[in-house]
Amino acid sequence: MAVQTGFPAPAGARSAAPGRRRAEAGRGGGRLIIGESRLARRLALGALAVMSLAWLLPLLWAVVTSFKTDADASSADHWVLPPEGWTATSYRTVLEQGDVLLWMFNSLVIAAAVTVITLVVSAMAGYAFSRTVFKGRKQLFAVTVASILVPGQLLIVPWFQQMLTLGLVDTYAAVILPQVVAPIMVYILKKFFDGIPRELEEAARIDGAGHWRVFRSIVLPLSRPMLAAVGIFVFIGAWNNFLWPFIVTSDPSLMTLPVGLTSVKNAYGVQYAQTMASAVLGALPLLVVFMLFQRHIVKSVATTGLGGQ
Amino acid sequence: MTATSTTNATTPPGGGAPPEPGGVVPRRSPIRLLPPGFLPPGLLFALPFLLLFAAFLVWPLVQGLWMSFTDIALTGRGGDFVGTANYAEALADAEMWRTVGHTLLFTLISTVPLVVVALVMALLVYTGLPGQWVWRLAFFAPYLLPVGVVALLWLWLYQPDLGLWNQLLTALGLDRVDWLSDQSVALWSIALTTLWWTVGFNFLLFLAALQAVPDHLYEAAAIDGAGAWRRLWSVTLPQLRRITGVVTVLQVLASLKVFDQVYLLTKGGPNGATRPVLEYMYDVGFTGYRLGYASAISYVFFAIVIAVSVAQLAFVPRKES
Repeated sequence: MAVQTGFPAPAGARSAAPGRRRAEAGRGGGRLIIGESRLARRLALGALAVMSLAWLLPLLWAVVTSFKTDADASSADHWVLPPEGWTATSYRTVLEQGDVLLWMFNSLVIAAAVTVITLVVSAMAGYAFSRTVFKGRKQLFAVTVASILVPGQLLIVPWFQQMLTLGLVDTYAAVILPQVVAPIMVYILKKFFDGIPRELEEAARIDGAGHWRVFRSIVLPLSRPMLAAVGIFVFIGAWNNFLWPFIVTSDPSLMTLPVGLTSVKNAYGVQYAQTMASAVLGALPLLVVFMLFQRHIVKSVATTGLGGQ
Repeated sequence: MTATSTTNATTPPGGGAPPEPGGVVPRRSPIRLLPPGFLPPGLLFALPFLLLFAAFLVWPLVQGLWMSFTDIALTGRGGDFVGTANYAEALADAEMWRTVGHTLLFTLISTVPLVVVALVMALLVYTGLPGQWVWRLAFFAPYLLPVGVVALLWLWLYQPDLGLWNQLLTALGLDRVDWLSDQSVALWSIALTTLWWTVGFNFLLFLAALQAVPDHLYEAAAIDGAGAWRRLWSVTLPQLRRITGVVTVLQVLASLKVFDQVYLLTKGGPNGATRPVLEYMYDVGFTGYRLGYASAISYVFFAIVIAVSVAQLAFVPRKES
């Protein structure tokens, strides 16, 4: 149901109801852009159809290939309809080898750990920068914001040195630790906390609640939508991260999905059907999650992608 | 009142504030050995982040800078201070400048379509035509794919004899294209793959911005007799000026960091024609074992990123109010 709403709720909408109302208004605006002309509407619809078909084609083609036999997939003469018929053999082969499932498991463990640690640590820091007073707070926040510009790739070499020194190369910890430092998320959450009215916590303070209590019982519950948005964004990033896990792990049993899939090409050589079956399996988890939670994910990306605006 | 009920409703069973480090109450600090105010509660809240920040961002940043002045190797050998020798070598290194050139060219040819196509998609979807769910799924789904999947799909699509693109070209009676093996084409193919993969992100940013354009602007324009095209040019697009600036800046920064898809599609080839500067850094450090020199290259890259960001700030319209 949530999935079928026409539009993602605009950034900042706190609950479904106002979001939906504004979305309806937006639809009016959309009509006004295109006008009532039937021709214009048909042209727009045609353009949408062509573009989405073009965008879906690579995925559809992968699915088509994955259900052929390897012989048919490598045949230039019958590239649409396979003479040997459709088959799921490739999926059976790929799943029996178990690698893809192992990579998914590793990715899940790592992405979940990165998400939880990033959320806890960034929310606490955001609270500290938004609600407490201590010496050097402004300077520390300024340094945090400035560091948003530092590209992670810049740190790859020293991170690797660091993990060598700590003896963490080829461990989950080595993959996870550098990814949990997310100054942009601290910034987004701080800004969001700034917007929560202080009256709510003042009452609690009079009742003797300390910072921890205010944080846990007032600020966090009120920030649930923003925490979800940040969490989804961090999770997608960690799930799809390639370069760092690729560099810091060489043990096949620790490979994440993006890293593991790159070994498929070499392992199967020209067995395109099996290669595509692995690719489809690797694509499935997030696509399924997206279809289930489309509205939330769309909103998360729109909000977090713009730095919480 | 409201606060109290919220508290009751959300305190987990077992209740009360748990004795976590952050739970320390400012005045009656249990850490009595320390002078009052030594560790204010705010600092305790920020501490986990600050420690990780120091360990995995600030320290590596400093260490990388130090390494760039040494001849340290991946094997751990070396590490002697060599002054600015690495930087002198980098600035005179034709291959480094060639890879910087690839990165800049890629940034140009990927950013333009990634902004324009995303805007067109968002405008078309925003018209509210039926099929919303399908359009958004089609445009955004590729963004959710791990780069490993993207590479496998496009290696297959670009396959010279059996790949779908060349099959389609042949069916239309056109010449085949050597998508990834022709030096003058390969970088464009990578840009095309990148467009397909990541345009959905920009599309969502534009869509969110379109929904924030107040309807009364359109209504006023309609009353003034402005036609559909007129409204698009004089209401919608001006309202999107700021978001277009933001999306462009974000896209340029993302494109400058290109590595994954190049590495997986062409390994920087053919003949290094697509190798971006980050891959050169990777090759020098992790294949050539020269970590010191690789660090110097990554700092040259950082300087370029900063320079481009600063230059761009001049072009982004400020937020009103």
